[in-house]
Amino acid sequence: MKSALEIAAAVRSGQSALVAVEESLTAIRARNEELNVFLYVDEDGARAAAARVDEQVRRGEDPGLLAGVPIALKDNLCTTGIPTTCSSKILEGWQPPYNATVVDRLVAQGAISMGKTNLDEFAMGSSTENSAFGPTRNPLDPSRVPGGSSGGSAAAVASNMTPISLGSDTGGSIRQPAALCGLVGVKPTYGLVSRYGLIAFASSLDQIGPFANSVTDAALLLEAIAGHDPLDSTSLPEPTPSLLAHVNDGVAGKRIGLVRELVDGADEDVVRAVNKAVATLKDAGAIIVELSMPELHLGLSAYYLIAPAEASSNLARFDGVRFGNRVDGEDVTAMMEATRTAGFGAEVKRRIMLGTYALSAGYFDAYYGQALKVRTRMIEAFAAAYQQVDMIIGATTPSVAFAFGSKTNDPMAMYLNDVFTIPTNLAGEAAISVPFGTGEANLPVGVQLLGPGRSEARLFAAARVLEIADGRA
Amino acid sequence: MMLPNGWEMVVGLEVHTELKTKTKLFCGCANEFGSAPNSQVCPICLGLPGSMPVLNERAVELAMAIGFALNCTIQDSTFHRKNYFYPDMPKDYQVSQYDLPINARGYLDLPDGSRVSIERAHMEEDTGKTTHLGTSGRIHGADRSLVDYNRSGVPLVEIVSGPDIRNPQQARDYVAELRSILVAIGASDGRMEEGSLRVDANVSVHKPDTPFGTRCEIKNLNSLRSLTRAIEYEALRQIDVLEDGGSIRQETRHWDEDRGETSTLRVKEEAEDYRYFREPDLVDLAPDQAWKDRVLAGLPKLPARRRQDLEALMTNPTDAQRDGVTTVVDLNLDIYVEGVAQAQGDVALAVARAANELAANIEKLANLTVENFVATVAMEQSGQLSATQAKNVLSELLDQGGDPVSVAKAKGFEQLSTDSLSATVGELIVANPDEWQRFKDGDDKLAQFFIGLVMKATKGQANGKAVIAELQSRR
Amino acid sequence: MTEPLSRDDVAHVAKLARLRLTEDELIRYTEQLGKILVHAQDLSSLDLHGVAPTAHPFGLINVVRSDEVRASLDPAPVLAQAPDVEDGRFAVPRIVGEAP
Repeated sequence: MKSALEIAAAVRSGQSALVAVEESLTAIRARNEELNVFLYVDEDGARAAAARVDEQVRRGEDPGLLAGVPIALKDNLCTTGIPTTCSSKILEGWQPPYNATVVDRLVAQGAISMGKTNLDEFAMGSSTENSAFGPTRNPLDPSRVPGGSSGGSAAAVASNMTPISLGSDTGGSIRQPAALCGLVGVKPTYGLVSRYGLIAFASSLDQIGPFANSVTDAALLLEAIAGHDPLDSTSLPEPTPSLLAHVNDGVAGKRIGLVRELVDGADEDVVRAVNKAVATLKDAGAIIVELSMPELHLGLSAYYLIAPAEASSNLARFDGVRFGNRVDGEDVTAMMEATRTAGFGAEVKRRIMLGTYALSAGYFDAYYGQALKVRTRMIEAFAAAYQQVDMIIGATTPSVAFAFGSKTNDPMAMYLNDVFTIPTNLAGEAAISVPFGTGEANLPVGVQLLGPGRSEARLFAAARVLEIADGRA
Repeated sequence: MMLPNGWEMVVGLEVHTELKTKTKLFCGCANEFGSAPNSQVCPICLGLPGSMPVLNERAVELAMAIGFALNCTIQDSTFHRKNYFYPDMPKDYQVSQYDLPINARGYLDLPDGSRVSIERAHMEEDTGKTTHLGTSGRIHGADRSLVDYNRSGVPLVEIVSGPDIRNPQQARDYVAELRSILVAIGASDGRMEEGSLRVDANVSVHKPDTPFGTRCEIKNLNSLRSLTRAIEYEALRQIDVLEDGGSIRQETRHWDEDRGETSTLRVKEEAEDYRYFREPDLVDLAPDQAWKDRVLAGLPKLPARRRQDLEALMTNPTDAQRDGVTTVVDLNLDIYVEGVAQAQGDVALAVARAANELAANIEKLANLTVENFVATVAMEQSGQLSATQAKNVLSELLDQGGDPVSVAKAKGFEQLSTDSLSATVGELIVANPDEWQRFKDGDDKLAQFFIGLVMKATKGQANGKAVIAELQSRR
Repeated sequence: MTEPLSRDDVAHVAKLARLRLTEDELIRYTEQLGKILVHAQDLSSLDLHGVAPTAHPFGLINVVRSDEVRASLDPAPVLAQAPDVEDGRFAVPRIVGEAP
């Protein structure tokens, strides 16, 4: 499949938007049943949107940065009149009466939504095995997971159903599936992309971000959706940043920190890939600095208190009163209990309870309160590191894609998948995972580049260097 | 009110006021009363998944204005989530302020000279409204309930007093003064009956110099009268329990206006655990000095100061006159009295007319200009009009407009000439020789007797002062 | 070594969160949550006295909007998807106990 950049250029020059849309639908028809990527395919909507884009081009209007580009949307993004389930039974069949801001921006830029993709229920998980509607399979090896929680969005791009997709990242849920599926995945700076219409998991950590086959496409998509939104009080004040223009800036003279805590504990094949990436960047003119950030070890524990705590509150609204699937009860409390018990899966319940406990009277200071202080320590540690370097490099995940069922018995084992990605969410900063080399069973390995807030442009530039060296450009 | 056996009551009040903004606290839905159910809602105030709050600037300003008016410190503040499940709460948490409220540590001075401390006045969002279907319309015994979210998200300020109130009258004065202030600064409608002003009372009893007792919270107080009655009832109830050897259970009680008693709401097995944590979808509020200065500069003169200024225009005002001033300020009639003061007229008389005749006809004030009020009072003051006639003229002006001179003329309220008055007095003296003799001998009370006769004879047209002068001159 | 949380703790928390657990689930969750919290205890032992908790990572303040009316939602599609509606209002089974 052509890249998003190529499709948009072709459509702007007169190619019908229907061409890429039909290609996408064909690819979806071919493998969706096997891989369970899309929960909902909006065939009619996509064709209608394509016709609208064609009409705009005919009238000489600018159809936008993503004119006619098919895109898949993670099913925790609100889309008017299109079912939005968060892969949960409690929301099965629910159609939001409004669009997420990013969806409005995509439409304004001419992108064509092909439908909604599978995820771990309410974005809680690292394998998409927690979906109430069945797992998604890794297109590169269907016996393995695509990662999570944005497994469906990753699989959509990795299986060439769409050239780009949107996911959300709270503790690694874009970067980790990107690594496991051989894609570029970005967690933007907190506040760079509006969260209005993203069904919240952990409000102080969530960010929407792009999946793509190339750095350029990822930059294009991020530029199309980023920038201040008055509907999101936490969105950064600046308007759309310029990202696409900096993709080929290179890394000459840039100081890049190799942080041991972002490599230690990873599988051998992953460590090899990171070291090779470091060498590549050095050859391209970067100055490598070895760093240690022991505070990062605290990240996992802090995250597994903060995220569930916020989630326990964010998910309280699913009570069967106003929307969603109600299970009746003899009084309203019994109804709420029955509704939530039937509607939520085991992992969601586990995190709601963990979060409720961490916030409850008598435990707040020891757990949630303490975790927020640890967060400060992490931010300080990153700030100190960024006094010495412009960006940091490390692994994205400890291993390549793993087999279904291999980590589902022990929640802690699953949580360890996020150990390299979590610190960036806690710090609210930017990170990108770019495929670099292969590992066990010829599966892709992802290398992670981290930067301070608002540093996406230089991260894209470094990722591009790796992409070219890896023969993917 | 005296409690028996040396008991003392300790009362703290929590007052919630809806703010008079055009839109809700976190969304652009209209903040209006009385629309069709669920017609003023959006994803934000319905708490739909994915929605996010954005703070209303005007609500912040009104909150600051309240803080200034209550002598609080305006401080940097954050919003917290108060988590609990209830169908009128769309998110099953309420966004409120917890340990860092926007206003803290203020006070309110009452007309009787006492001071009640104000612990905090913080911002929070209102809930939806539930109607209960069943026999009584009350929650107990209802089969199901219906929720309307039009009110959900309306901005509230909650004002919490210290436990400084010691009797029901003081509680009433506190709420009356607070309401007066809130209305004066444009923050609130102040309508307890409509629910734009809500009062909960925390009541306990103790013997002086002993620790405070366990308190009960009383809800459902819809008027000042309910407030005083409920506080009195609850204090006596608690005393009864304690003197019987029992103890007070900390609980929330419901005031029943018809039966005149408080009763327990369903007792919960355990205290609510609200799991407060900072609202991650909002950022902190740190109003800079310039913003605070703008709000302060925009504050109108507060009721206490207005009362003070009006009283200063009279010499040694009596209690009745002070009450009149309170009415004038409560009803925003100050300009009428100030007009008379500026014209060097009789301020006490102006207060009396405003607090009575104008107060009774608030809805017709548009017809009465300040000039015409001043002129009418002047005519009464000079004796051109009797009191009765002056009231009559004012009534006419309020109904129809016009000017007092023409109105008085049209009604035939002409000044009784001195000659005709003198002749009338003379005739009455001749007709009542015994009473006249007693008056001449020093019985001043009989002056009223003769005034009455004169008034009857002249059909109310005589000027009381002129009659007295005539009687004295003939004594 | 003391268990970080007991079965009763978990039962209490489930009630707060409006979740009904089977006896099996109670036992299983007690064990699983316990393991997670053991890891969290490495945080409790840290001396973070005087460290301010992080609110917003980039210190945004005073984000407000002007007090202007925006069109509300057409209630029809919302009510159409509500589990139970009567007279334009959302219906729920009887409520036991007043709002806190």
